[in-house]
Amino acid sequence: MTNFLLRMTAAAVVAGCASSAQAADYDKQAQALMKADFRSKGMATVEGALTQDEAQRICSTYPLVRPKKIAAKLEADQLKLVKYPAGGEYLGNWQEGEKIAQNGRGMQSSDKPDVPNGGNCYACHQMSKKEISFGNIGPSLYQYGKLRGQSEEIMKYTWAKVYNSQAYAACSNMPRFGHKGILNEQQLKDVVALLLDPASPVNKD
Amino acid sequence: MGNPMRIRANVSGDTVEVKVLIRHDMETGQRKDASGKAVPAHFIQTLVAKWKDKVVLDAEMGTSVSKDPFLSFKFKGGAKGDKLTVAWTDNKGDSRTDEVVIA
Amino acid sequence: MNRTSQYLVAALAATALSSAVAQTSATDEIAKYRQLLADGNPAELWEMRGEELWTKKEGTRSASLEQCDLGKGPGVLKGAYVELPRYFKDVKKVMDLEQRLAHCRVSLQGLTLEQASTRPFGSAGNPSDIEALVSYITAQSKGLKMAVSTNHPQEKAAYEIGKKVFFYRGGAHDFACATCHSSNGQRIRLQELPNILNKENAQAAYTTWPAYRVSQGEVRTMQHRLNDCFRQQRFPEPVYGSDLITAVTMFLAKSADGGTYNAPALKR
Repeated sequence: MTNFLLRMTAAAVVAGCASSAQAADYDKQAQALMKADFRSKGMATVEGALTQDEAQRICSTYPLVRPKKIAAKLEADQLKLVKYPAGGEYLGNWQEGEKIAQNGRGMQSSDKPDVPNGGNCYACHQMSKKEISFGNIGPSLYQYGKLRGQSEEIMKYTWAKVYNSQAYAACSNMPRFGHKGILNEQQLKDVVALLLDPASPVNKD
Repeated sequence: MGNPMRIRANVSGDTVEVKVLIRHDMETGQRKDASGKAVPAHFIQTLVAKWKDKVVLDAEMGTSVSKDPFLSFKFKGGAKGDKLTVAWTDNKGDSRTDEVVIA
Repeated sequence: MNRTSQYLVAALAATALSSAVAQTSATDEIAKYRQLLADGNPAELWEMRGEELWTKKEGTRSASLEQCDLGKGPGVLKGAYVELPRYFKDVKKVMDLEQRLAHCRVSLQGLTLEQASTRPFGSAGNPSDIEALVSYITAQSKGLKMAVSTNHPQEKAAYEIGKKVFFYRGGAHDFACATCHSSNGQRIRLQELPNILNKENAQAAYTTWPAYRVSQGEVRTMQHRLNDCFRQQRFPEPVYGSDLITAVTMFLAKSADGGTYNAPALKR
């Protein structure tokens, strides 16, 4: 009986190994195929797309759900990557922030490299009341500042969230705007102002 | 010679319903290409539909009609088996005539 | 109350109501507009041109494409598209429609692969023969159910590799296909996104390509859609007719299994 159990367990282990070996093999084959069949164009390079960092690797391996420990470690590691603004001033100009939120260009193979990038916030979020053309991939940010106030803690959190969304949500769909250099420090301040400035349409209407 | 049209003409009671699909760029002359130059105007100016030899639709089109226009109209009197022709001319002097048998 | 103010009140009431439910009614109105557009799809003109090209003698061999085997036998078009991509014994690999079409243009007509891959995407004044041929071929599967097989080991491998690519996060924005296409009810701005992991969504999405895209004024194929997806994903450009596209297409087509094919369709 024990012998049988041992053999079954061994078989199960081997089967498990075989399927995870196969999975790793498909990973390798997929990467090889992408390397062979992509061509760098403009700012979108093959190297840029196929050199995954820790977050991209983990989130490709665990696309839909992931173990709590792995998620927690990823968030902690991403939080360490957040660079806070020198001088501790978080708020920029909300009017510029609104422009950044409306602008969906930047980093595409079709985009010009010398043109400032947008954040494309409205692609996924409701923000000002007036803009009805908004997506729903992310939660509504309407009245974001009104609901949270302007404490140092909220400012710091908001900054870090826009800078590196995965610091608080492992494998978040939201791009890491600061960490990946999509938006520069001034642009990030303008977006934070759009969210937190009481005069911003996000909080006034 | 312009691109072929797709024309469908069907009788229903005493009315013939005609649907015409036209392949034409219908450029207004206002649109700018990637380099900032205006794309030259190129649009259908007149379209005439004839049943037997009678004009059943006489249309003046212009820059407000969209690219690859779809035209639908009805007329009375046509019967199954009759011929229907549709002909257009554009501002560059190009033209196209197609005919169909009413079903 | 006189007539004018009655209309005014009615108009105001209508606006108030519409802004209160602005979010859902905006996408509802777009859906209604699309229904109105459904009659008179310019894609039919591409189908007509594709039929001409299919029967036309071309290339150094001066042959038509009428003997092209798209998987169901030479010249059999009905039902061919809904079984693609598939493994082809004569070339010992999995091919999607556009790869197979290029193969036929090379082997039957004597074109070079480069010639057969020229201008896959048309523009104003520069029509694409490929888009016309794809429109014609796919139209012959209209009304039939998607029935792609993954029985052959290479078909299964293409599916699994396509799935890996679907979930692959990379590039400046950390996007994968899954970022936009793995949850129900998502939309970017007001453009609804199909969830490929949801059978009904995947069927509705896959069975409506190719499509005449009003915003482009051209019929666009799945190759174009994927090319454009990768661009918006901040990824580099996939080679036209590559095995990478075939693998992703395999994953999408299999996910749409059983869906009734309804293209060439009409899209924004």
